[in-house]
Parts: sequence; C-alpha cells; structure tokens
Amino acid sequence: MYPLGKTIYQSFTDQEFLSLTPTKWVGLQNYRELWHDTLFRNSIWETIKFTLITVAFEFVLGLVIALVVNSSFKGRGAMRAIMLVPWAIPTVVAAQMWKWMLDDTFGVINDLMMKIHLISHPHAWIASPGTALGAVAAVDIWKTTPFVALLLLAGLQVIPQDLYEAARVDGANVLQQFWKITLPLLKPAILVTLIFRTLDALRVFDVFYVFFGNRPDTETMAIYDQSTIVGDGHVGYGAAVSVVIFLIIAIFVVIYVTASRVTGENT
Amino acid sequence: MSTAAEAVRPIARPVSRVRRLRKNRYGRVLVRMPFYVLIAAIAVYCLFPFYWVVRSSFTPEVNLFQTPIQYFPKHPTLANYRGALSANFFTDALLNSAIVAGSVTLLSLAIGSSAAFALGRFRFHGRSFVLYLVLSMTIFPQIAILGALYTTITTLNLYDTLGALIFSYLIFTLPFTIWVLTSFMRTLPGDLEEAAYVDGATPLQVFWKVLLPLIAPGLVTTGLLAFISAWNEYLYALSFIQSPNHYTVPLAITSFVSNTGSAFAVPWGQIMAATVIITLPLIVLVLVLQRRIIAGLTAGAVKG
Repeated sequence: MYPLGKTIYQSFTDQEFLSLTPTKWVGLQNYRELWHDTLFRNSIWETIKFTLITVAFEFVLGLVIALVVNSSFKGRGAMRAIMLVPWAIPTVVAAQMWKWMLDDTFGVINDLMMKIHLISHPHAWIASPGTALGAVAAVDIWKTTPFVALLLLAGLQVIPQDLYEAARVDGANVLQQFWKITLPLLKPAILVTLIFRTLDALRVFDVFYVFFGNRPDTETMAIYDQSTIVGDGHVGYGAAVSVVIFLIIAIFVVIYVTASRVTGENT
Repeated sequence: MSTAAEAVRPIARPVSRVRRLRKNRYGRVLVRMPFYVLIAAIAVYCLFPFYWVVRSSFTPEVNLFQTPIQYFPKHPTLANYRGALSANFFTDALLNSAIVAGSVTLLSLAIGSSAAFALGRFRFHGRSFVLYLVLSMTIFPQIAILGALYTTITTLNLYDTLGALIFSYLIFTLPFTIWVLTSFMRTLPGDLEEAAYVDGATPLQVFWKVLLPLIAPGLVTTGLLAFISAWNEYLYALSFIQSPNHYTVPLAITSFVSNTGSAFAVPWGQIMAATVIITLPLIVLVLVLQRRIIAGLTAGAVKG
C-alpha cells in the first residue's frame, strides 16, 4: 500500500529523477497539463480500443472453446493441458513468436493467407497503421483465449447435469438450454473472467513494447507512463499519469459491478 | 414449465432425426464429425505457433530468409542453438531469472504461509480489514506504482541489481500468496491443531508439523504461480535493469541483434532457438502440475 500512497503524493509534485533542484509541491498542475496532453489522450484511446477488441474476441472464442471441451470425448485431459501452454509462456516470448510469424516478407501468416487467397500480396502487418492494432490484438487473443476458456470451463463444470436432463424432458432444444440454463448459471464465472481480462488489457505493456517500442501512434497508457518516468525522468508527472490510469481502471470495475447488479435484478 | 414446453415442441423435431442417425454406427461418427473438426481446429490454433518456433529454430539462417517458405526444414541444423547459447547475456539471463524467480517463490511462500497462519488460524481485531487490504493490493496495476518504486529503489541503491527485481516482484506475489494460503488454512478442521496443543506442542510446532504438510497442495500451486509471474515479468525488468549481465530472460529475448550486421537485422533463428530453451521447462512444469494450476487459478478467481 505504501508505494500507492507515495505515487499519489508524487503526482502533486514536480519531482524529476536525479534533479538538483529540490522537489516542490505543485498542487493540481500536473493534472491540468495532463488534461491538455494529446499524446496521453491518444494512448488512452488506443488502450481502450485494444481492450474492447481483445476482451470481446477472447470472451466469445473462449466461451465456444469451453463449451466444446466441456462435452466428454477422448483426450479431453490432453486438450486442457494444450490450452494451458500459451498462458504459461512469457508474454514477451509470445510477442516475439508472432512478430516473426507476421514478418512482412518471410512470415508464415502472409504465406498461409496468400495460399488460401485471403490476401493477394504480402502485408506489413506490424508497420502499417491500419493493421498494427489488429496484429497486437492477435497475439493477446492467442495467448489468453485458452485461459479464458479454462476459467469458464471451471464455471461450466459446477452446473448440475440434471438441469439439462429436466430441460430435455420438457423439450427444450440445445439453444434454449444454452440461453436459459448455461448463461444465467455461468454468470458469476463470466463476470470474474471479464473483470480479470479487462484489468489486464487496460494495463497492457509487453506486447506493444516488443512490437513497436515507443512508436507514438501505438503507445498504450502503460507505455506512455513508463517512458515518462523511466525514459524522461519526469517522476511527478508520470505519477499523475499513474493515478489517472488507476482511476480509469477503477471506472471499468464499477461499470462491471453495477451492470451485473442491474441484470441480476431482472432475472 | 408446461407452457414453455408446448411452445418448444415444433422446434424440437429436427433433434429426433439426429437421434435416429445416432443409432446407426456410421451415423454416430457423422454427427460427431463437426465436433472433432472443431476440437482439432482449437488444438491447431493453440499449437501451430509453437511448431513454427521449433521449425524456425532448426532451419539454417539462409533458408529462413528466402522465399518460398519451407514448412519443414530441408537441412535441419543446430547452429541457431549454438548461437543462442554462446551469447553471454542470454546464458546470464537464464541464471539471473532462475535466481530472481527462485528467491521470489521461496520468500513469498515463507512470508505468505506465516501470514496465512496468523490470518487463518487466529482471531484478532482487524483481521478482516487486513484481509481486504491484501485483496485490494492484488487488484491495482503494476504501472500505478512504477514511479514510487523507481525512486525507492534508487534511494535504496538497488538500481540495476537483481535485488530490485526481487523486491518489486514480492509486492505482487505476496498478496496473492497470502490470500490463497489463508483460504486454505481456514478450511482445515480445528481438531488436529487442538489435539497437538493438548499434547503440549508450541504454536511454532503446530505450524511446522501439522499445518504446513496439510496445505502442501496450496504451497505447490501458489509457488508455481509466483514462479511463473516472476519469470515472465517485463515492465519492471525493463525499467530497473540496465547492464546486459543483469538481464532477465524477457529482456534477453528482445536483445538479440545480428552480429554479422548484414541485411537481416534480426537473427530470428537464434531468437527462436532461445524461445525453445526458455519455454521448454515451463511447458514441462505446466503439463506435470496441470491440475494443480487450474485448481489454484480458479480458486483465486472465484474467491478473489
């Protein structure tokens, strides 16, 4: 807790790293500057876009995978082990793997997509601004979807089977069973998963940094903050950025919790 | 429910055709077909990137940078592995990461289990307050305390040392460890402990001889999760480490540059060989302890 308090304190000062002038209390100065900081505003927007894309894909794909793996078949244990593997490797390593696969001339993704005639000529996925965000999102989706699926799978397995029996006896088809039984009962697991993933996505750093370094048009909030503090040594200003990031994340948590309460009352 | 059932009946009819198919042996395979295709697709999606890493690590540099792409190396070679292992900063990084992740794991388990002993087995004022404080610490993002940590670490003269990383990683592994181990401690029945006290055991003996063996599964899970998160961490390593001989694995994997200085600026073959070296132990660990990890993760998620 101490570092968090210290960060909040620093955000009201003009502290500079290794500076000779003593640190002064500057009140809300940092926050006023931050309000007009277009680079930071872009980074917020970039991060939120990334969050929406990845969380949506990971949730839908993860749910499908969880439903598939939940039915009994041979090799289900092996399947679960396979799904855990992308989660365990370092994000930086995953980013490097994909950077190589997405390489514009020697990458396998271009080659595969040309073979099935999805694209007519190789793309520079990472370099061109139009596809850069999609490229990083693809890495995150690959790395975390199986993990999301595992969390949802754990939720699926506590749903009692006789509910489905009863529904079948009453003549409910598979879709109805899904909407009326699976989804409502899975809601706690879904909520936890979504909160976890959103928090993670909002503080994304590794993948973006490996792919783009400090390229200004693809900075996330965390990268902007890190380069402000460590790169430029503006500790006070960076602390203000940290506090704002913290608040943005808190807002998302509040939205989730209230949304779940509202829908909880309706059902 | 009867009204709902009546409304449903007309839609339910196609199901019976599927059922008829199921009676027939070939029909059964036919019905299950799309399902297995889906399973295979999921497996390929998860595993193909790994295949590509392995393939690239055994492909000679010349063949890596030429089109058309070879999907299987025609002249497999170990040159990339030799290259990666002869890079000093990479072998140093393996050692550094082992030191950092190992100490973080041991320290979190030692501190975490004694804290869990206090929080889980004794009643005292403000216990639930402490627990919620610990829980709230697991939520705030690493980036939020970067500035404060940065200045703290420089005043402690830890900048560019492995100590800086151990210190900062503990801030994140400890709350999680304490939280999970406390919930483990709480589920244990009190009788065993009481029996031990009646026999004249001291609290310390109870902790060592009775409670620790009982929460061993929890120790394995949380220890492994702490190890993985310390092994994989990048943001703090990037910020607090400068000299290449103090690099950790994630820093090292992004630092390979071609020593030939030729047109191929990035030696992808070596990077992929290094990737195999880094991921192999993790994969083995994960496969062996698969069940434990899933249990630990879902426990953390459901209770957290």
